Amino acid sequence: MQAFNTIAFKPEQCTGCNDCMVACAEVKTQTTEISRSRIQIVPADGGGYELAMCRQCGDPKCVSNCPAAALAKDDGTGVIAWDGNKCVNCLLCTVGCAYGGIVYEPAAGHVVKCDSCGGDPVCVKACGEGALKYVTTAELYKRVGDLEDLFVPGLAGCQGCNTELIMRHTLRRVGPETVLATPPGCIPGMGSVGYNGMVGTKVPVFHPLLTNTASMLAGVKRFYKRQGRKVTALALAGDGGASDVGFQSLSGAAERGEQILFIVVDNEGYMNTGMQRSSCTPYGAWTSTTPVGERGKGKTQDAKNLPLLMMMHNCAYVATSSTAFMEDFYEKLEKAMEASERGFAYLHLYSPCTTGWRFPAAQNIEVARKAVETNFVMLWEFEPGQGLRLSHPIDRPRPLAEYLKAQGKYKHLSPEQIEHIQRSLDENAEFIRGLAAGGSARKGVTLPRVPIAPG
Amino acid sequence: MQETQYLIVGASHAGLSALRTLRMADSEGSLTLINRDACLPYSPTVLPYVVSGRSQPDNVALQGEADFEKLKVAYRPGKTVRAIDAKAQVATLADGERIAYQKLLVASGARPIVPAIPGLTEVPFHVLRTLDDAVQLRVRLASIKSAVVLGAGLIGMHAAENLAKAGAEVTIVEMLPHVLAAYFDAEASSIIERAFIGKGVTLRTGEKVVGVEKTAKGCSIKLQSGGAIEADALLVGVGVAPIVDFLAGSGVAIDRGVLVDDTMKTSVENIWAAGDVAQAKSFYTGEKILNGILPDAVEQGRIAGLAMAGDSGLKPYPGGIPLNTYTFFGQQALSVGVDGEGMTDLEIEKRVDAAANRYLKIVLRNNRLVGIFGINRPFDSGVMWELIQRRIDLAPVKAQFFAQPRETARVLMSRTWR
Repeated sequence: MQAFNTIAFKPEQCTGCNDCMVACAEVKTQTTEISRSRIQIVPADGGGYELAMCRQCGDPKCVSNCPAAALAKDDGTGVIAWDGNKCVNCLLCTVGCAYGGIVYEPAAGHVVKCDSCGGDPVCVKACGEGALKYVTTAELYKRVGDLEDLFVPGLAGCQGCNTELIMRHTLRRVGPETVLATPPGCIPGMGSVGYNGMVGTKVPVFHPLLTNTASMLAGVKRFYKRQGRKVTALALAGDGGASDVGFQSLSGAAERGEQILFIVVDNEGYMNTGMQRSSCTPYGAWTSTTPVGERGKGKTQDAKNLPLLMMMHNCAYVATSSTAFMEDFYEKLEKAMEASERGFAYLHLYSPCTTGWRFPAAQNIEVARKAVETNFVMLWEFEPGQGLRLSHPIDRPRPLAEYLKAQGKYKHLSPEQIEHIQRSLDENAEFIRGLAAGGSARKGVTLPRVPIAPG
Repeated sequence: MQETQYLIVGASHAGLSALRTLRMADSEGSLTLINRDACLPYSPTVLPYVVSGRSQPDNVALQGEADFEKLKVAYRPGKTVRAIDAKAQVATLADGERIAYQKLLVASGARPIVPAIPGLTEVPFHVLRTLDDAVQLRVRLASIKSAVVLGAGLIGMHAAENLAKAGAEVTIVEMLPHVLAAYFDAEASSIIERAFIGKGVTLRTGEKVVGVEKTAKGCSIKLQSGGAIEADALLVGVGVAPIVDFLAGSGVAIDRGVLVDDTMKTSVENIWAAGDVAQAKSFYTGEKILNGILPDAVEQGRIAGLAMAGDSGLKPYPGGIPLNTYTFFGQQALSVGVDGEGMTDLEIEKRVDAAANRYLKIVLRNNRLVGIFGINRPFDSGVMWELIQRRIDLAPVKAQFFAQPRETARVLMSRTWR
């Protein structure tokens, strides 16, 4: 089954201004009668707004229910189109629709539905609140779907882990002319180094030590360069190896401007070996080495901000990403690939861990989304001369509690600890925004007050 | 002998829904689709519109040859199944051809009931179940001066409207006291009846035909209450009965239709049934009922397809809910669910504005929706269907639901299954 673009609605951002409905009515009916809009925003009891409109379903019942073959889903766009020459006005399509997305319009004398305005929906453009978004990720997946999958079928990860998604997407996009380094961690555990003498990728892969990933990869890249072959030197490393014992080789390679694409999959600890803390583990988090009991209350230090450190190396490209925002990830991956031809490119991927963070397997992407939407992590990119740019600014963050409560590793937090986390987040957000406002690289930067952990 | 993994007998909504579902779950298994009509698949529901001229007979196909090629389906139009050997898993066609199947879906639909009225079989009369039936009536339509429609169900009412619009003098004869009694109560039916009377149609409800005689210009229909109606055309629309004769001797359990469980499986291994032919459980009573409506055929076909493919995504059939939409002389009537006859603990909200032809009835049981009916009162039938099926508790929003069913249901939808 194909994926398609879709109009997404965030009720919490909707103010009920009706601009979307007016815009739709103007385009579709040449009036401003919002009752005739194809998108219907409904005020809910107890405040807030809800949405009734066509979802352009994958297996549309309106189409199946039509006795006259007047409705059909377009293979290319996914839009369900209505054919007035065939429609008999029987309204059986409205019985099939569980979303109020196809309705009889008395003024028109027939059923009407959203047609996504041919891929450029006016309702989305009219929404000044960010409540409506035209999600085009599907285009991306279709494009990527045509690329060769370079990772073995099946996987050895924990249930709900998003690392498979990261590996398949990254390898497909980076392509077969790649040498992959996967230091100890979840990535090789996932199957990249293979089983029974067979590798798990269709590209050459090696398994360096935690300490020497960047230096080994630098040598491999230089060798191929001398041979005159254009090969991407790619590292998929965990946060533990990169930020702790592997940091000196990483820092060295970045400083020398080695032409490497270094991707850190940050699950905030050594999850593969039993969930020990790393320097990327956030304050207050439970891990097996920052236990929670009578005295221990989780980690007592704040996380090291590894991507910011890498930015201070003035690398050719540095960015943070999240698997909840794949379009953003792809844009950055493409820029990073291109930058790795010139120098050191660093991508930091925030990647929730179902097992180590203790949340249900189905919640991975949701937790990743909440991390971004609460400003717990921030999505940005840096290029020398351009400075830091926020790629997905969150002006009205969701309450931090929504993110913390989604995970078992923060279950024990005291109000003081939550207050500490909130304060660090605010300071971090202010610092990053300051960098973003600073324009060109590292100009006018004042480092934030170093947060001192209580106790 | 041809061998096929999946054999689907019947190419209307249930069969086609099963076919699409099978192809989603199993992209390769060989699939054969048998249609008794020698044309592309069409829906019986479109036939009144072929009669009226709104739909062209060559423009109503639900699937084309290109679709079958894409879906890798061996399409066999103009074929009828004569017998099923369930033990050998072989279907024998009327022309003697044999097809071996691994899994069989019976979606053979229904055929019009011809009531046992003395003289009826001696006169020419119309029914409306096949495209040929519709084309025959269409061809004659303009020349019909007077017509009697036997039965005030959806087929009869549509035919009466078409005949009236074509200028014929029309009489509807119905045994029950009101038209469309399967979907609407007396008050709602009266609004519909008034529209027909206003267009010059004569209604003889609570009346029975006791005999039919051939006359020079057509036929004479004798009524139980005395008297007779002369007409040059007679249309019989008293209902349909499942087509099950080819299953005789197969061992498949049959009551009024083919008895199926919650996965549309029949009593016999590797045979499923869906659509008008199937007798499946009622959502309300759990009894096995015939629920011959299009949306239910689609749903049953989908479930059968998943079951036949052994798909783990299969969720059991929640039970049939009667529902329908009906447009008449530009007006809309919607009927979703039942009105609670025979049930206790009902709460009924009813708003009728007969002068404006507006009617709304909402029936709750223990704060759950069991039925909603409207004439010229728009609401989202599909959303209401979900509210019934999901047994959503309406207690917190009852007042708003009664006042604004469409808007309130949309909010519930957007919050619950968005």
